[in-house]
Amino acid sequence: MNSLPWLTLLTLVPSLGGLIVVSLGERRAAFAPRLGLLFASLTLLLAILLGTQFDRTSGNLQFVERHAWIPTLAVNYHLGVDGLGLLMVELTTLLVPMAMLASARVNRRAPLYFGLMLFLEAGLVGTFTALNFFHWFLFWELSLIPAFFLIKLWGGPESSAAATQFFIYTMVGSVAMLLAFLALFLAVGKFDFLELADLSRSGQLAASLNLEWGGHTVASSRVATLIFLGVLLGLAVKVPLMPFHTWLPATYAEAPTAVTMLLTGAMSKMGVYGFLRILLPIFPAQIRALETPLLTLTVLTILFSAAAAFAQRDLKRMLAYSSINHLGYCLLGVFAVARVAEPSPRLATEQAAALSGVLLQMFNHGLTAATLFCFVGWLERRSGGLRGLNDFGGVRQVAPVFCGLMGIALFSSLGLPGLNGFVGEFLIFKGSFSPATCSTVLSAGGLLLTAIFLLTLMQRVFHGPLNPRWTALPDLTWRERLVVAPAMALMFLIGLYPHALLSFTNATVSQFAKSLRAF
Amino acid sequence: MNWIVHQLWLIPALPFLAAGVLALTPRRQRAFAARLAISALAVSLALSCAAFVATLGHAGTGTFRERVNFTWFQFGDQALRLGWVLDPLAAVMLVMVSFVGLLIFIYSVGYMAHDANFTRFFCFLALFAGAMLGLVIANSLLLLFVCWELVGLASYLLIGFWFHKPEAAAAAKKAFITTRIGDVALFLGMLWLYSAGGTLLFYDAGEGCLENAALARIAGPSLVGWGTLVGISLLIFGGAIGKSGQLPLHVWLPDAMEGPTPVSALIHAATMVAAGVFLVARVFPLMKPDWPSLAGGIPLAGTPPPDATLAITWVGAITAVFAALIAVAQTDIKRILAYSTVSQLGYMFLGLGVGGVAVGMFHLLTHACFKALLFLGAGSVIHGCHDEQDIRRMGGLRRPMPVTFATYAVGMMALSGVPLLFSGFWSKDEILHAAHGWAGSRIPFYLGLFGALLTAFYMTRQMVYVFFGQRRAASTPPAAASGIRHPASGEPHESPLVMTVPLAILAVSAIVLGFLGTPAWPWLQTYLGADHGGSGGVELAKLLTKETLWLMAISTAVVTAGIGLAWRWYGQRPITDAGTPDPLQMSFPAAFRWLRQKFFVDEFYAATVIRAHAAWARFSDLLDAWLWGGLVLAVHFLTQGLSWASRFFDEYVVNLGFDAACRRLRRDGAFAAGLSDGKLQNYLRGIGTAFACLLVLLLWGGCR
Repeated sequence: MNSLPWLTLLTLVPSLGGLIVVSLGERRAAFAPRLGLLFASLTLLLAILLGTQFDRTSGNLQFVERHAWIPTLAVNYHLGVDGLGLLMVELTTLLVPMAMLASARVNRRAPLYFGLMLFLEAGLVGTFTALNFFHWFLFWELSLIPAFFLIKLWGGPESSAAATQFFIYTMVGSVAMLLAFLALFLAVGKFDFLELADLSRSGQLAASLNLEWGGHTVASSRVATLIFLGVLLGLAVKVPLMPFHTWLPATYAEAPTAVTMLLTGAMSKMGVYGFLRILLPIFPAQIRALETPLLTLTVLTILFSAAAAFAQRDLKRMLAYSSINHLGYCLLGVFAVARVAEPSPRLATEQAAALSGVLLQMFNHGLTAATLFCFVGWLERRSGGLRGLNDFGGVRQVAPVFCGLMGIALFSSLGLPGLNGFVGEFLIFKGSFSPATCSTVLSAGGLLLTAIFLLTLMQRVFHGPLNPRWTALPDLTWRERLVVAPAMALMFLIGLYPHALLSFTNATVSQFAKSLRAF
Repeated sequence: MNWIVHQLWLIPALPFLAAGVLALTPRRQRAFAARLAISALAVSLALSCAAFVATLGHAGTGTFRERVNFTWFQFGDQALRLGWVLDPLAAVMLVMVSFVGLLIFIYSVGYMAHDANFTRFFCFLALFAGAMLGLVIANSLLLLFVCWELVGLASYLLIGFWFHKPEAAAAAKKAFITTRIGDVALFLGMLWLYSAGGTLLFYDAGEGCLENAALARIAGPSLVGWGTLVGISLLIFGGAIGKSGQLPLHVWLPDAMEGPTPVSALIHAATMVAAGVFLVARVFPLMKPDWPSLAGGIPLAGTPPPDATLAITWVGAITAVFAALIAVAQTDIKRILAYSTVSQLGYMFLGLGVGGVAVGMFHLLTHACFKALLFLGAGSVIHGCHDEQDIRRMGGLRRPMPVTFATYAVGMMALSGVPLLFSGFWSKDEILHAAHGWAGSRIPFYLGLFGALLTAFYMTRQMVYVFFGQRRAASTPPAAASGIRHPASGEPHESPLVMTVPLAILAVSAIVLGFLGTPAWPWLQTYLGADHGGSGGVELAKLLTKETLWLMAISTAVVTAGIGLAWRWYGQRPITDAGTPDPLQMSFPAAFRWLRQKFFVDEFYAATVIRAHAAWARFSDLLDAWLWGGLVLAVHFLTQGLSWASRFFDEYVVNLGFDAACRRLRRDGAFAAGLSDGKLQNYLRGIGTAFACLLVLLLWGGCR
């Protein structure tokens, strides 16, 4: 289609940029922010060009690059994006420059900081474009390492412990996933996601698994389920799904703000992406078999995280729980989609709605949550490190623009129509209502709980009498306004004209839904 | 199709646009802000009138209904469509909202003249007007919901407009969250309707969800289908309960009076709270499905099973009395009106439940005018008394504020339902008439009558307190019961023209509007599509039927009784001191306490729902910290323990054993090395000793 290896370039540019920035050394550290931003912007430019080249009428994978790599292990270098991958690539490349701009002044080892951010970007883009388990997993793990060091070296007082917990927690999930894929490989000799999905669709996967593993150590019917659970664990930790979420609040709270923006904005999407790219196409029967427990966990995730957010006194932790809550809606959509088996036209509508909603919600949450953390970071910088719910009060009197813009982001987060959050949530709930009525009704309670804690945040921080401590709190500077301006514009654009985003995913969604119903 | 139908979207779009521009306008552009918002709404009003006229031309030839639908976005290969509709229901609401809204905009120029955030205020007002007008023309439950939420946002922003006051900030939050409880119900109802009926468009060439084809599809030929229909209706009604402040979600509306008075008038009296009533009126075919045409001759045809109007009737009737009772004992001029609003909204629901769209909507329209009039009058009083809101500290304002007094009196009589001349009488009588003829039960009718008595009573009480007697500003009410924050100072004065002219215009409409729906000439009812069996002309004979006359007599008697009782208690001996307890309080202290404390509903919620939520939040947090976090810690400690064990094994078993073995070996080696020291004599001694031992052994008897 296009001779230029777009997707390779997209991972190569930030990787090379990272290397160059890291090699700046302490003497030329002053250049690091600008150089880092340059490479991140270059990547964003590439991603935007990719978007313009993308054929919206096709649901197939595009910009495919496929080269044999280690033929004996069935490892191919296989890249490609469809609507899903493209959306995630755009989100990641958009958030990285924003996070860099929002970074507090980095005093120590600036070249390393900006270099690691670029490596993180490379890992994320790589994960969202890889189609072969081998290098997909490589990127999946590689993105962890820069994140670990970014949290540990530039985070808050407890960051070392938080980084370790984050790393080990995720690692446990990854190991389970790796084992599961090795078991798959030994049975069918394939690592390619598309080929595995084809095998699964034709029923060969189950047969081969039985042949290879059945009867020896585990009952043959359990094999596929066990492998599924391994992959599920890896993804569930990342999203996170309760009860595998405890790493998240501590990590988000301790990480430097810019890193939290990337963690919640882009990295948490890796999990949901995995659900859509791997779990749904390869293990639909297993999801369907475990539908009830999975939906139960999802509902618990939504309700408990929203309630726990209300109990937090640290703004970052509150938003962290809100993040769990919002990604819970994505999983609700994913599991509801899996439940629809019979090909009836009405349920096809529900599937299309839920899938579109999940994709939109992924993008929206990335945008909104990152913006919110950005604002909290700025608040923290102004207050000299304070970010407690009760440390402020009446801030809107001295910083009306700050509160106005953060208020928009908060209302976007609680799903106010006219802003981006609503459309995604509406589509998810619409698509889930018929297939999973009970879970959907219970999850709707999460909408109310979200409103309660977000409005409490506004009441305590923005409103009421001005806390005399903050009479000199500066309002947003023009530079800061420019940093959030693109995100704000997108919130309104997607809220009023969702077609701008959905037109990229519609063909993918139709094809995806059709392939799911083919089982 | 009429041109206005195609351009209908402009009506909400103009105020929205104004709000958008004003959001970016610097704070000091005050005159520009007011001018832009007012002119945008004025154009909307002109367009609304054009739309109204367009619907008039078709009276008599069936109901006028034109719609424009369009695709908002696509998901997968499906399209989500929205649209707008022009029919009599939308047209009268459009005119009402933009007319009352425009007057309130103008009034605000005077009322908010000294406010630092004047520009912001008009931005929010314009946002509100746009959202409300959008809600009215929506031809899709989704679009209606979108505007519904935006109306809620505008209300949140305006209640909390003086956000530095903690009460205002709390009231704004309370309003948003309480209405959101209803909104979640509405949201679920919408999802259910979407999945059961396949569309959210109201009217779509026979395929819309309010048209028979879709209704029949949902209801099906079974009672299960009918249950679905009733379930959806009840959920949607849940949204209306929240927005229109009905029991049990009424608690936010009185607190919303923390906002500036024009806001109270516009949002919390005339328009937004009426959105719930409008919603029920809009989806009325769903609320009260036409049973015979749906059942379609299938064995189930017969007496229709109960539908959602049963719930609507009872909620409305009970709220009407409940809120009126509370209003009797309040002392804040705006809160009395707020509870009165809750009560009147109850009447509207009662009217919808027992009489249908026309009855409920008639009261909505008349109420919008006279309640806006009363609120603006109250604002004028507050303004003239230098931000005093406690009626016990007013009194005698008749003389310094003649225009306010006269217009307020009109509003009061319209609300109380003083016969013949005032609109409230006609619209309330319509409701009572319908309730009297309701097949379900007679109790709602009696509740309605009792509510009418209370209404006349508390309005007279308020009038006497505020305008009659003598001024009591200097004296202080008992500290425990006072809710005042602004000590009044200076002499009261009449408000400027920019405030009194809207009052006068509203006063005229509060009288005139009633004549659009009298039994003799039920123009509005015919226009809204209710079948009154009339010819459309004036028929005085209808006014003189026995039943109508009888009902009018009863309602007149009730109103007279209410006014008379209040006059006897409060008017004959006007209190002279703000500290004097309420005469009612002296007669019925226990009952009065309950009324003054609003039946302790807020306290009840604080002790149950709010506490439960806080407890649950704490529980979730603890669950995280101890159960899940504890499990992780347990795994952590387990791993650490294993590491310690293996280290112990390594160091003390493996390593130490190895070391010991090494040491032993070295010692033994040293010994062995000592043996083989290379001295021949030692070796020979060893050999000799060994030989001797061997010899002894053999000689001892080993050769056997």
